[in-house]
Amino acid sequence: MTIKGWLDWAVQDAERRALPALKPLLETLARSTAALRAADWNDDASGEQEGPRERDGR
Amino acid sequence: MAAEPRTIAQLARALRTRAITSEAATERCLAEIAGKNSALNAFVAVYEDEARAQARTADHEIARGRYRGPLHGVPISLKDLIDLRGTPTSAASRVREAHVSQEDAPVVGRLREAGAVFVGKCNLHEFAFGTTNEDSAFGPARHPMDANRSPGGSSGGSAISVATGMAYASIGTDTGGSIRIPAAACGIVGLKPGLGEISTAGVVPLSRTMDHVGPLCRSVEDASIVYRTLRGDTPEEQPLEDVRGRRFGIPREYFLSLLDPQVASSFESACDRLRAAGASLEDVEIPHANDIAPVYLHIVLAEAAAYHAKTLDSRPDDYTANVRLRLEMGRYILAEDYVRALNGRDVLRREVDAAMNGRDALLLPALAIPAPRLGVSAVKIAGSDEPVRNITLRLTQLFNLTGHPALALPCGHTADGLPVGAQLVGHHGRTPALLRLGQACEAYLTPTPAR
Repeated sequence: MTIKGWLDWAVQDAERRALPALKPLLETLARSTAALRAADWNDDASGEQEGPRERDGR
Repeated sequence: MAAEPRTIAQLARALRTRAITSEAATERCLAEIAGKNSALNAFVAVYEDEARAQARTADHEIARGRYRGPLHGVPISLKDLIDLRGTPTSAASRVREAHVSQEDAPVVGRLREAGAVFVGKCNLHEFAFGTTNEDSAFGPARHPMDANRSPGGSSGGSAISVATGMAYASIGTDTGGSIRIPAAACGIVGLKPGLGEISTAGVVPLSRTMDHVGPLCRSVEDASIVYRTLRGDTPEEQPLEDVRGRRFGIPREYFLSLLDPQVASSFESACDRLRAAGASLEDVEIPHANDIAPVYLHIVLAEAAAYHAKTLDSRPDDYTANVRLRLEMGRYILAEDYVRALNGRDVLRREVDAAMNGRDALLLPALAIPAPRLGVSAVKIAGSDEPVRNITLRLTQLFNLTGHPALALPCGHTADGLPVGAQLVGHHGRTPALLRLGQACEAYLTPTPAR
């Protein structure tokens, strides 16, 4: 799921649950998730990118 | 009248030689609580009768030659997240208003066996999910030096109790800095032991893979006494070590890049004092430091949401509004992102190990700002507004992820007299060595020596 797709779904769900105050927190979380997904240790099933975990043999 | 012992070590000597009684020491603490608690809101429950009975028993045993050790007869407090048999563990939440503990948490059992006197249970940020102690069913705890400021959190009431003489030590918990942040804000010592060293059974969880239990005290020696008791070891007097020749790593980038100027100045002065004493201080790097906050957030939110899911659905209005919203946020984290965060945690753990290689400890500030004002959601640093939650967690949360033992201890004051704290981080599995090093550094880090 893309960050945008996730955020749209999460905000909609929060509104459905009468929690509109969650929207700014979810937007903050989306920025944090984007940073997490951009980290160079993330797995790549193609094997084309070798992150710090692979380099360390784990 | 004899001077009142300031530390556990001093009190223990006086109790053992019967220069003072536990009953008298306990009465002094109860009197401090009676005089100060209405203003500071540090305690949510005070056990006067039980504490007096425990103190009398301790005095009786000591008089009969049955001295149990340095916590025998010593008044201490507990964060109200920890089970004490026969009493409620509120977690500062209305969600737990019907709870009564059936058993002592193992850490309480150890303290009870050591003869400690339990004076009461302390206020905290609801369910330990915050760093200011503002969101509590009992109302905010207040900083001992300025009632308009936070004592830090989540173990805020615990820090107040120790800083003001209401107790000689307190047992707190630390999932992102909740022992070290209030210790730094209130000018005392706080120890987060290594991950898994001290039992967390009987302690309301926040994040089961990052929760730690540890002491808040008035000296490193006292922290060592309580730590050894919590581990089930026999507390022994530790040989005093020298800082000469000791090697410290300073993770300057990221950790020293966003500090209140007065915190930065106090920390650098403390570093100068250590250098002058013969210690070696070298800059080190944590290459993925900028990823710490996202990694931490995805783990703590997901694990906290899992624990609270049932009551978030059944009793949502019994949470304080802010804590409820943060817990709800965790319910939206995807499993794949949680796994990414766990992978990042491994990377960070290895980077901290690498930074410590060949060194005795890492040295950095414990809290980037002085105690924040209550009701403020952001503080200005270097011209930009930083959320209080982010800035208070910034220097401590890494070591909850990696599990390294970390010790907060005073290293100066702001112009207004607010405390500034430093943090020493030790090697995995070597908390006793960290405590010995902390004891050696204490007099140099603290402008007015603790001893």
